[in-house]
Amino acid sequence: MHNQTVMNNETVKAGLKRTRAKRSLLSVSLEKLLELIIRLSGISAILFVLAIFFFVFREAIPITFSEHFSIKEFLTSTAWYPTSAVNVRYGTFALTVGSLSITFLSVVIALPFGIGAAIYISEFCGAKLKESLKIIIELLAAIPSVVWGFIGLTVMSKVIVAVTGAPLGVNLLNGSIILALMSVPIIVSIGEDALKAVPDSYREAALAQGATKWQIVFRVLLPAAKNGLLAAVLLGVGRAVGETMAVLMATGHAVAIPTSLVDPIRTLTANIAAELGEAPAKSDHYRVLFLTGILLFIITFAINLIADFVIRGVKGKK
Amino acid sequence: MTIKNKSLRRLSKKCILFSLFLFCLVLLQCNKRAGGSETIQIKGSDTIVNLVQAWVEAFRLVDPSIDIEVSGGGSGVGIAALERGAVDIATASRNIKVDEAKAVIENTGKEPVEFIIAFDALALYVNKNNPIDSITLPDLARIYGDDNRAHRWKELGITIPNVRNDKIIRTSRQSSSGTYEFFREKVLHNKDFSLGSCDMNGSKEVVELVGSTKTAIGYSGMGYATHEIKMLKLMEKADDTAYAPTVENTLSKKYPLARSLQMYTLGQPKGAIKKFLDWILSEDGQRLVAENGFVPVKSTAIVHD
Repeated sequence: MHNQTVMNNETVKAGLKRTRAKRSLLSVSLEKLLELIIRLSGISAILFVLAIFFFVFREAIPITFSEHFSIKEFLTSTAWYPTSAVNVRYGTFALTVGSLSITFLSVVIALPFGIGAAIYISEFCGAKLKESLKIIIELLAAIPSVVWGFIGLTVMSKVIVAVTGAPLGVNLLNGSIILALMSVPIIVSIGEDALKAVPDSYREAALAQGATKWQIVFRVLLPAAKNGLLAAVLLGVGRAVGETMAVLMATGHAVAIPTSLVDPIRTLTANIAAELGEAPAKSDHYRVLFLTGILLFIITFAINLIADFVIRGVKGKK
Repeated sequence: MTIKNKSLRRLSKKCILFSLFLFCLVLLQCNKRAGGSETIQIKGSDTIVNLVQAWVEAFRLVDPSIDIEVSGGGSGVGIAALERGAVDIATASRNIKVDEAKAVIENTGKEPVEFIIAFDALALYVNKNNPIDSITLPDLARIYGDDNRAHRWKELGITIPNVRNDKIIRTSRQSSSGTYEFFREKVLHNKDFSLGSCDMNGSKEVVELVGSTKTAIGYSGMGYATHEIKMLKLMEKADDTAYAPTVENTLSKKYPLARSLQMYTLGQPKGAIKKFLDWILSEDGQRLVAENGFVPVKSTAIVHD
């Protein structure tokens, strides 16, 4: 009896081994292949970023050795005359100011709407309304930027002329409102996630202490969801800095430092979009536009870095 | 319930993907069908892109076997494409420059051949509420240039009714535009534009902005006039006679900003390209020039309106 069970066990073990060997023969190569593919797709992200960096730098760097070009003029001059017949100058200061001012203003406009909507959706409205609101906000995020630009050009410009009495409808304010409308859906959906992530026990504890809904929102939820909300806003900022098409159409595309809300401006992104197609390949103009791209890189990278530091600072305090 | 929903959602996603796939297939099929005939690529001036489109549509009835693709971008873009040999015909609202012609010969081994296909007057547009009727070239240079710059209409002696802020809103074109370079050469004598003008990416955008902005001024080909805007008469100097951008004044060159519009080919055209160009210069082709608001090359085809 005993011997038999031992033998049985051994045959079972041998069988297992055999099947394992069989399986590996059939599938190990496939498994290895899959692993390779997954690993490649993981590495590809790094490769793509490096390739983009390499390409942009390769196109831009030769200009910095040219004698017609000074990096000081590039950063601090407002004179952007890439095709001048008498004196070619590449100054991007007005464009940088344009990009930063429109980003700042759009965040100022989008912040109360975005955070307000996130609080309403996550804390105040009923389940049915919540579902439909979320779907509609997702739809808002799905509107292509060229359509937003079109709205800015045709609808918003008339509204701005009628309300402010400005001579020109396409300007800094118009672009900022359009950009704010574009970044609100991002702020809402990420901000709502952040508020949802606050454990219900926080709310219950506050309720048990007799806090009103507003007190819960301001004293419990907002501090607890601070990081997530900040991330939401910064993602909105990221969208605003990089946005091109809508900005190109809604801002008036004039190289000038704005002195009022209703002045036309031009941004770094819109300038690249409008001029890269026309610049002869490998010419100075073409290389300066790539250098503008690097400047844009640096700006977005700095914003990201600041965001990291801010979030870390907030964490540190906690 | 939720599982059912999820699977439903997945199903709908699949349906969308599938229909997209079908759509791509249909597009490919269309391409295949078009592949059998000869194709001419045309690129360049935004000023005449509408005219070229009209030509292409009419020419389809003349010879359906020739397929023609048209795109704009500006005269500079068109000539740059010709330099690379990427197009068969480049359209331009200015003449090809010496170094551009050299680049064409260097890269393609063929000489660019010029065909004047129409004449045009570069018109100055203001909003229809603006009382101004005519303007001198030096005043234009004051508006667009940096010397003794005029910021407000008042400085030119013009009061626009019902406007609080009469700042001149200057609209201009992007720097690849042939119209931009022609204006800089003739009005500013190749000096730079003053910064801060709204640089539009096409003649139509200029006209639209001027039409909706009371204090704006802009320039474009005369073919783009609408009801919202007014074309100005031009004077060389303050005491000269003012000429309107009309067909007669363009042909007689009395209008100061008259110019020719041209097409460039790589070497002497042959086959389909020659057939198309011959037809453009024929009476049928030139009739479309007049219909699109430009001035025909041959005076016999002029339509008086």
